[in-house]
Amino acid sequence: MEAVVQLIVFAILLIIGFFFGSNREKKHFKSILERQKKYAHIATRTDKIRDVSPYTEAMLVSGSVVIASDYFKNFLASIKNIFGGRLNSYESLMDRGRRESMIRMKEAAIKWGADEILEVRIESSALDAIGIEMLAYGTAVKRRK
Amino acid sequence: MIMTTVEAVPDKKIVAHFGIVTGSTVRSKHFGRDIFAGLKNIIGGELKGYTELMEETRDEATERMVAQATKLGANAIIGVRYATSDVAPGAAEVFAYGTAVKVE
Repeated sequence: MEAVVQLIVFAILLIIGFFFGSNREKKHFKSILERQKKYAHIATRTDKIRDVSPYTEAMLVSGSVVIASDYFKNFLASIKNIFGGRLNSYESLMDRGRRESMIRMKEAAIKWGADEILEVRIESSALDAIGIEMLAYGTAVKRRK
Repeated sequence: MIMTTVEAVPDKKIVAHFGIVTGSTVRSKHFGRDIFAGLKNIIGGELKGYTELMEETRDEATERMVAQATKLGANAIIGVRYATSDVAPGAAEVFAYGTAVKVE
C-alpha cells in the first residue's frame, strides 16, 4: 500500500514538473529573446582593454541569477546519467541562466546610463542541492561625446 | 571608490599602486530561504530568495575589499574579479579581489 502511494506521489511530481517546468522554460526563453533585442544597443565586450581614452566614466556592474531544474528533467537526467552522453535538459538550463544574468547586468548598466560594457566576465557555480548560480559582471562606461 | 574590471580608470591617471586587495564572505545557504526552494525544485525556474542571498553576499565581499583599499589610501580598484566556491554542503564563499590604486 505504502509503495503504491509513493509511486502515485512520484508520478504526480513528474507530471507537475513536466508541465510547469516546460511551460516556465518556454516563457522564460521568450522573455529572454525580447529583452535581448531591447538591450541590443549596449555593446558588451570580453576583450582586454588597454586604451580607455574613448570613455569618460566607469562603474562596475553585475547581474546574477540562481536557477534550478524541474523534477521531470532531474529524473530524466538521472536516467541518462547511467548511460552517459549529453544531458540536453541541463544544457538549456545553463543557457537560460547565463543569458538571464547577462540581461540583468545590462539592465544595471542602462540604469546608470552606460553606452558600453567592457571586459565582461561570466561565471557559474553550483550551489549544492539547490541550483546553479550564474554571474555576469563587467565595467560599464560612458562614451566621450 | 571607483571599481573597474579593466586595467585602468577612464579619464583619470593612476598615480600610485597599493597591490592586491581582497574581500571574502562565507554564508550559509539555508537561512529561511529554503521554504519555497523545495517547491521550486519541482517546477524549476529561478530561486529568487537565493539570488538575493548571493547578491547580498557579493555586496558584503565587495564592501570588505573596499574597506581594505580605503585603509591603504586608495580611491579606486582596478581589475576586479569575483569567484564563488562551495566550501561545505550548505555554505558558499564569495571572494572579490582587485588592485588598489590612487587616481588623480
